[in-house]
Amino acid sequence: MAKTIQEINEKIRRGRAVVCTAEEVIQIAKSKGAKQAAAEVDVVTTGTFAPMCSSGAYFNVGHSKPRIKLGGGTVTLNDVPVYTGFAAVDFFLGATAVPDTDPRNTIYPGKFSYGGGHLIEDLVAGKDVQLIARAYGTDCYPRRKLETWIRLEDMNEAVLFNMRNCYQNYNVAVNLSDRLIYTYMGVLQPNMRNATYCSAGQLSPLLNDPFYRTIGIGTRIFLGGGIGYVVGNGTQHNPSVPRTAKGIPRMGAGTLAVTGSLKQMSARWLRGASFTGYGVTLAVGIGIPIPILDEDMLLYTAVTDADIVAQVVDYSEAYPHYTSGNLAEVSYAELKSGSITVNGKKVPSAGLSSYVRAREIAEILKSWLEKGSFLLTEPAETLVSADSEVEFKPLQERPILNNNRVAAS
Amino acid sequence: MAKKRLVLNFPPQLIDQPVTYRLITQYQLEVNILRASITPREWGRLVVEVTGSKENLDSGLKFASNLGVEIKPLAQDVQWYQERCIECTACTAICPTGALQLSREEMRVSFDHDKCIVCGLCLPICPYGAVEIMF
Repeated sequence: MAKTIQEINEKIRRGRAVVCTAEEVIQIAKSKGAKQAAAEVDVVTTGTFAPMCSSGAYFNVGHSKPRIKLGGGTVTLNDVPVYTGFAAVDFFLGATAVPDTDPRNTIYPGKFSYGGGHLIEDLVAGKDVQLIARAYGTDCYPRRKLETWIRLEDMNEAVLFNMRNCYQNYNVAVNLSDRLIYTYMGVLQPNMRNATYCSAGQLSPLLNDPFYRTIGIGTRIFLGGGIGYVVGNGTQHNPSVPRTAKGIPRMGAGTLAVTGSLKQMSARWLRGASFTGYGVTLAVGIGIPIPILDEDMLLYTAVTDADIVAQVVDYSEAYPHYTSGNLAEVSYAELKSGSITVNGKKVPSAGLSSYVRAREIAEILKSWLEKGSFLLTEPAETLVSADSEVEFKPLQERPILNNNRVAAS
Repeated sequence: MAKKRLVLNFPPQLIDQPVTYRLITQYQLEVNILRASITPREWGRLVVEVTGSKENLDSGLKFASNLGVEIKPLAQDVQWYQERCIECTACTAICPTGALQLSREEMRVSFDHDKCIVCGLCLPICPYGAVEIMF
């Protein structure tokens, strides 16, 4: 009864594929049993819409007359600096970049009202932005100054490239200290008066394919409202963490690097975000189709919020100082109920990842598959999984002494 | 009985006059101060919930208005932009009155103007600038 991706694609082409979302499959598995459900369902669609700081985009803006070599010079877009260490008119923009004039946290807590994430959103929305460049001038690229309005459609290439996205599970953040703290997990009230989490849980892509059997290099996905691809594992991909009996990582584990042309994406699915006291980031919408190759895949996709657990971590002391010691393990069903219990205390919980938008993405992807306009891909290479012994290494600091030029062995 | 949530803007010259006292004693209005910002020589601002008979409420507000107090309904000063909200739910755990509320079944966020007391706690919480307070 096992199916292949080619067989499923044939059904998609003929408009005959049975597609359901990762939410719908839970009920189908319950009412029909896994075996029957696996025979009937061809694809399960997933989704997530949450902030991810390791997002960025690269651009080629075309050559000016006379030519200018932005490489090695300085370039800002709406005052947000970009990285120019490339050829003449290529550069990379990071989601967390902020204008040099932003006070950052010198006026604490900083507002971070505009940065790389917002710029990506503005460009995708079709807005004009200001490009201001200074270059050193060469014989072949004589120009030293460039100031112009530019928009996405004027550029040759504009490509979203996220070196890490789609985190498979994540921490639940609390604050044990007696002062308010501002983190990438939001504003955390003193004495554990709130808890924040950031995962779409049962709808989240990698929680529906916990061992990366079907998601790998080259997988075609919904990215930012358009079509994108998985490039490989994301940075900090850490598949060897402890897992539940069903194989679900109990904490942050796998990640994906993804890419896709910004020109076909939409501002609804790429949103700049300002985290008070922390910085700017980009909320990215991702949806991944999971082929139901066999009963095992069906069981993986039928995972529920009650099956997925996360670790509660103190962001006042344990996280910043990188010390171990999780306060509790809670399920997404508890987190979504509005409160969790940590050390006997009831703590209100709230999300940072939009479950409503995750559901919408899974629905959109489902409609693409049903229309036959989106075909599944066989991964060119699968990602390293739980048996890989990949380690998540902390930085080992080695002091540089006495102006030495060669590291001591 | 009528109830109104209002923003009372006091010009600097009124700062030493007990306007709220008069609203309570002369017009028998129940005045619940939700938020206050009073600085000498500057415009003062009170966010209040005022309760009383319709007649007293109207004449009390007319009295304040004649003195030079600018009166605006609270709703005009708080805006929740649905299109900016991504429904992450971060604000819902912090909102003290449940004005920003979450339907758990659907995980949908909505805003109820009538419950908002303009405490401003949601402002630094929302990464998407979905709530704005105009003062």
